[in-house]
Formats: sequence, C-alpha cells, structure tokens
Amino acid sequence: MLRVSHLNVYYGESHVIRDISFDVAESETVAIMGRNGMGKTTLFKSLIGVHPAKSGAVTINGNDVSAQQSYERVASGMGYVPQGRMVFPYLTVEENIRTGMENTPKDDIPEYIYGTFPVLKEMKDRKGGNLSGGQQQQLVIARALVSNPKVLLLDEPTEGLQPSIIKDIAKALNKLKSERKFSIVVSEQVLSFAMEIADRFLIIEKGEFVYQGPKESVDTAKIHSYLTV
Amino acid sequence: MSFDIAVMQIFNGISLFTILVLMALGLAIVFGLMGVINMAHGELMALGAYVTYMVAHVFERHLPSLMGVYLFFAIIMAFLVTFAFGWILERGFIRFLYKRPLDTMLATWGLSLVLQQAYRSIFGAQEVSVPMTKWLTGAWDMTEGIQIPLNRLFIVGLTILVSLGVYYLLFKTRWGLRIRAVTQNRAMSGAAGINTNRVDAMTFALGSGLAGIAGAVFTMIGSTNPLTGQLYIVDSFIVVVFGGVASLLGTFVSGFAIAQAQTTLEFLLSGSMAKVAILLMVIVVLYFRPNGLFAARVRQ
Repeated sequence: MLRVSHLNVYYGESHVIRDISFDVAESETVAIMGRNGMGKTTLFKSLIGVHPAKSGAVTINGNDVSAQQSYERVASGMGYVPQGRMVFPYLTVEENIRTGMENTPKDDIPEYIYGTFPVLKEMKDRKGGNLSGGQQQQLVIARALVSNPKVLLLDEPTEGLQPSIIKDIAKALNKLKSERKFSIVVSEQVLSFAMEIADRFLIIEKGEFVYQGPKESVDTAKIHSYLTV
Repeated sequence: MSFDIAVMQIFNGISLFTILVLMALGLAIVFGLMGVINMAHGELMALGAYVTYMVAHVFERHLPSLMGVYLFFAIIMAFLVTFAFGWILERGFIRFLYKRPLDTMLATWGLSLVLQQAYRSIFGAQEVSVPMTKWLTGAWDMTEGIQIPLNRLFIVGLTILVSLGVYYLLFKTRWGLRIRAVTQNRAMSGAAGINTNRVDAMTFALGSGLAGIAGAVFTMIGSTNPLTGQLYIVDSFIVVVFGGVASLLGTFVSGFAIAQAQTTLEFLLSGSMAKVAILLMVIVVLYFRPNGLFAARVRQ
C-alpha cells in the first residue's frame, strides 16, 4: 500500500532522516517508536509533503507521490493527523471536519464520523479552539478520515492525553480500521497504546530504523530500552 | 431645528461609516486574513476608479442612452479588472514574499510607485472625474430641514450589499471555508487536502476586487488622480488595525466608531482637530488593547 524507499530529509545542514525504507501492507498498522528528537515528526511531515524530502521515493499503491504537494498527496490517498493536533481554532467543529472533504463530491459529513465520535456531534457548532485536548484529537482524526485515506498517518496521537481517553482512541481506531479498511502509520512513545493498535513495530533512533518486528514476537523490554533515556 | 441637525449628523456618520467600510473591507481580507501588508492597496482602489472613468467614457461616446445605468457596469467592471489584476499580482509577485513582511512592504510600496507613474502616463497628472448619473444627483427631502444626498444613500445601500456578499462568500460557501482555513494555518490546510496555492490567489484577488469596487464608488464623491490611492490607504489601515486585524466584525465596529466620532467631532470642533482627536483615540485604545477592539481568544 505505502512504500517508502531511501528517504533522506534535512533541516538545513542537519541530516534528520537517514536513508529510511519501509513498506506498509494493506490494512496493516505499523507503529514507529522512538524518543523525542529521533526524527518521527520529521518523517511524518515529509511523508505528507509539508517538509519535502531531499531524496528518496514515496509511493501509494504504486503511484509515486514524491513530487506532489500536500494537497495532492491527500487526493492520492494519504490522511494526516499531525503532532500537536492543529485544529483550525476559529472554525467550528463541523467546519473543521469539512476542510478534509475537498475530494469528496458530497457535502454532508458521513454518518459514521459522528457515530464513532459522538462528542463531535454534540459540539459541532463550537469553535475548534475551545475544545479540550481529547476532543481536539478526535476532531483531527475525523478531519483526516473524511478524505477516505488509504493510509492514515498519526503523529503521536496520545501526546498530552489522559489514559482513559487514550484507551477510547485506540478502541475507535481499531473499530474504524476493521470497518473501513485502511492502513495506519503511527508514531508513538506510549507502548501500551501501540500494542493495542499495531501489527508491526519499527524503532527509530537518530533518523534510522534500528529494530523491527511483528507484534507477536515483539520484545517489549527491548522497545522499552529504546524509549527510556 | 436641533432634531434636524441631529438626524443629519447621524446620517453623515453612517455615510462616512459605509465609505470607511468599503475602503477597509478589501484590506481586512488581504492584510487581516492573509497577513500581507499591501502598500499598493490604495493604487488598486485608484485602478477601480480609472476603470469607472473609462467605462463612463465608453458609454458617453457609444451608448449615451444608457448613461443612467453605466455606474452598475462600471462597478462590476472595476471589480473584475482589479480581481484579475490581484490574481496575477499574487501568482507572479506576492506569493514569493510570504513570511517576509518587510520585503513585502518594500516590494508593494515599489509597486505602488510603478502604478502611480503608469496612471500618470496613461491618464495624465491632472484630476479626472466622471459625469454624475442624473438620478443620483440632488437630495431626498425627508422634511424641510433634513436633506439626504442621493449619491450618499446609494453608497450606503451598495455597502450593505457588498458586505452581505462578502459575509455570504466567507461563511456560507466552500470557497469561504477554504479561505478561512488557509488563513488560519496554511500548512495544515494543505495537509488536510486544500489546494492552498489556488486559495491564496483567490483570497488576494477577492481583496483586490473589493478595493476596485471601493475605487469605483469613490468617483461619485470625488475626482481621481494618480495619487488618489494614497488618500485612502492610511484611513483603511487605521480602520483595520483599530478593529483587530484578524476580525472582519472588528472592521465594521471600528469603522462605525471612527465615523461617528469623526462626524460628531467635526461638528463640534474643526475638521483637522477632529482628525487629531480620532488618531489620539486610536493610539490610546491600541495602547491598552494592542490587538485592536476584537481580538479573538481561543485555545490554539
């Protein structure tokens, strides 16, 4: 579904993502784990085209999107939930969701969105900026979903959320994934959350993958050793 | 007698209010929403005025029987021409300067000089004016003491129409949603699927088109010369900044406050003292509320 090959991303002189390659299969969820500053967010920004890569290729379903701008990548099948959520603070909840519907002919927000996130329906006329952190996280996931992505990119979706809300989000994602069949690439530091949704783990350290393995045979002690300083 | 004066004063205030709003609306979109400091915004108004002048000329020569309605054609043409000019300007020039406000100021100031010289070369340095439409000359005599000039009344009506149009476009259409999303967070809008390049061009062109309408309307209350734009630009910026840069509602409230204060003070003091008092008021308010009257507060 998603294929990333030999990706190199720089911030000025500093080489942040170093020749990274990985594949994500259809309906597969891959968790990219790593400490702060290891390159997770940069990798995600480069995948969606907000911070273009210097070299390497990204393809979705064999369709090369490397030269495309962000909005074209969304049309090609990527959905993006950024770190720090990034709702549009002055747009209402409903308008926030609508911004993700550029490539859908219909104007109505699909039923399943409010079915999965009932709180968004309750708050649909509130400004996005007035929501709590957990509600904003649900909002940006909804905004990414309405573009009907083939691959959903979730950049640290649990950051700053309380444990009960993290559980709810994991449950919602698993339900959505089984109903709507899309792949997920998620970056995380919370192993329990990643264990609930991921099929496979990749660990990133200084811009390179240093470990990978499927959920069944995963060595949690080893992942923990990479996550703690 | 004093009742008549009060009514006339209030109307003068409303009339000035609508003129300020027409001037500031385009700027509120370009500067307020997009954050582009366009020093040539006044020259775009002048462009609208010159387009009106040319349309009037064409009608006078070729369609004299339709002189009564030329103004409507002129306003639409002024909007279309400045809209197109704004689109080209954004694609060819402004978009390379986003996130570089100082360079933008310098570049657009240079552009304003180029445009002024272009007007001088094409239309001459002297003032040009358009023939007044017959049905807009004279006044409506409400009572013996109260006379409302018809052209001012026309401007009030047009401003209401334009404001409603802008409101509808920004808050009830898909284009408006795109514009509001991109002006809040350009990178995220792109990552949500919005074609930000096109929205930037559209937004800038819309603000320019509104300047064109303002310019067309101002031919009804004054003549036009190559420096006309300079006359309007300062007041426009004051209205937008005083109201709160990111708030369109603020632009209206600020326009209303400034207009009523100015006409009242003009009545009590002299014209220039009124202007001084207004500027002082703006300075004092901005000292205590640096973000203007309407600064929205939400969790970012």
